[in-house]
Amino acid sequence: MKPDQGFKITSITFFWVFLALFAALPVLCSVIMSFLQPEQQALYGHHFSLQNYQTLLHPMYLKLLWRSLRLGLIVTVGCLFIGYPFAFIIAHTAKKHRAFLLMLVIIPFWTSTLLRTYAMTTLLQTNGLFNKALLSLGWIHQPLHLLYTNTAVVIGLIYNLLPFMILPLYANIEKLDNSLIEAAYDLGATRSKTFWTIIFPLTKPGIISGCILVLLPAMTLFYIPDILGGAKSLLLGNVIQLQFLEAHNWPLGSAISVVLTVFMGVLLCYYNRSLQSKKEVVL
Amino acid sequence: MANNLIEIQGISKAFGDNTVLENIHLSVKRGEFLTLLGPSGCGKTTLLRLISGFEQPDTGTISLNGDNLAGLPPNQRQVNTVFQSYALFPHFSVFDNVAFGLRCQQVKEAEIKQRVLETLDSVHLKAFSHRYPAQLSGGQQQRVAIARAVINKPKVLLLDEPLSSLDHHLRKNMQRQLKELQRDLNMTFICVTHDQEEALSLSDRIAIMQDGKIQQIGTPREVYEEPCNVSVAEFTGETNLFDAKIITANNTSLVVEVEGKQLTLENHRHIKPRQKIQILVRPEDLKVLDKTEVKDVSKMFPGVVDEIIYKGSTVDLVVHLNSGKQLFATEFFDEDDEDLDYHLGEQVWVEWIPGWEVILPHET
Repeated sequence: MKPDQGFKITSITFFWVFLALFAALPVLCSVIMSFLQPEQQALYGHHFSLQNYQTLLHPMYLKLLWRSLRLGLIVTVGCLFIGYPFAFIIAHTAKKHRAFLLMLVIIPFWTSTLLRTYAMTTLLQTNGLFNKALLSLGWIHQPLHLLYTNTAVVIGLIYNLLPFMILPLYANIEKLDNSLIEAAYDLGATRSKTFWTIIFPLTKPGIISGCILVLLPAMTLFYIPDILGGAKSLLLGNVIQLQFLEAHNWPLGSAISVVLTVFMGVLLCYYNRSLQSKKEVVL
Repeated sequence: MANNLIEIQGISKAFGDNTVLENIHLSVKRGEFLTLLGPSGCGKTTLLRLISGFEQPDTGTISLNGDNLAGLPPNQRQVNTVFQSYALFPHFSVFDNVAFGLRCQQVKEAEIKQRVLETLDSVHLKAFSHRYPAQLSGGQQQRVAIARAVINKPKVLLLDEPLSSLDHHLRKNMQRQLKELQRDLNMTFICVTHDQEEALSLSDRIAIMQDGKIQQIGTPREVYEEPCNVSVAEFTGETNLFDAKIITANNTSLVVEVEGKQLTLENHRHIKPRQKIQILVRPEDLKVLDKTEVKDVSKMFPGVVDEIIYKGSTVDLVVHLNSGKQLFATEFFDEDDEDLDYHLGEQVWVEWIPGWEVILPHET
């Protein structure tokens, strides 16, 4: 056997074992868990049951699901509106400055998200920096009540998830041939027509992958609603955390995360299809 | 109204410290095929982008049909561009690509359909209207790009290195089609290229550019046969340059010493006795003669054949003179002359018919 073939086999084996142990197995466990009977005295029972999924159909959970989805969508749209121009500008600055701008996007990751979220509480407090700034600018006359509201959660989530929107968008926009934009403009298209007929459709894969990367964490990052939303803001992520850590109802917690996983799977299928249709064009 | 469709006056353009165009004056006649020819970096593409509106000049004006174009964005100029990379929209079919310009002008769909199919027919692509650009060959994509531009009936069509990414055979074919199309549409074309052969065969006039300046403008024949300086000569074709010393000069004739021989030449360009000059002879104007063929060698240069390249209709020779100078000569086959039978190392005499040379100011 050639030495490089040994390396090939080792690395592929490692990769598959890693995926099996840390990705496939946990998912399989939670799928199995979600079909087990919840038990008062133990973390989980030993009998097959659909009870957990029936519980999820309870109006309270449906409302929660809807609330999480709505909040997640608001955050996603917010990230898209802020991130798209941002990515576009980075992709259109001179090459030597791009690395620096991308680094600015990534630098916040060097500090723990948890710390940064706690830091936001001081910014958003009634007598925090944000309110003081608005007051001194004369834009508001009463300090805004922000902390422990959904607005604070949305702000916190957008702030934390923005890089996940910018990076895939940047990767896509950067590949977009500038002469296509010039061609549209040359043929008489207005700036907005050029955007909607050329730039937007050709950057759709980046938009979709950015949205997927933002939407799911937005629904499940439990500590941000915890810290910024107080007790009022309960999202899917918080419920999963509660079921596992507080209520000791693992089967129900598993069922919720399985629902989320399936939801993500559907989105990924959609993303793949959008890539596929583009590939047909290339063929 | 003046016959000139485009008037470019005193255009300069710099990017930072880098001056790309310097005081360009250029008139383009209605219906003409003008080519900007020059090496890369000579500013020809920038000049094209100034006309299309993607760049704004630092000084000077460009007018189209008498109207000053200053400040007008590309989408409001009656000028269309065929991009070097074609820039076809990959997510649109051929039909939608070609229809794009008309849709921007909000032409009715029924009319769009008719005009798009007509235009596609004129570039022989009617059958491909439902394909996507990636399903077409390079030559077909090129024709879609041209169709997409000419359908808008621009006053001027700009072509940026239109044939550079096609293979040799296809390029020849497209050259002919392009010329035909331009004549049929009676449209003004401005084409940018670095390929001298393409420029010579396509254009009504050629502007040769170098270092941000136009060196010479003229018909292909003028710039090839009467180049104004060495760089124009070198850019329009193969050259042989001889250093020459003027012995006497008057208004009609010029006696010079070249490679140790005295030649009497006509003085068309009114060269003065003290001027330093070079003499240009194109390879096809050099005659390479067998030692046995000649009697009077007083105006011929002795040399040795170094290389023979048989090209079918011609034979290209590399000859080095006894002085060490290397010459390129192209000899045409002639039914009456069976003597094109050179062999390597053969001793030959080289001459040209007086009057076929071009006398140029010396450039060091």
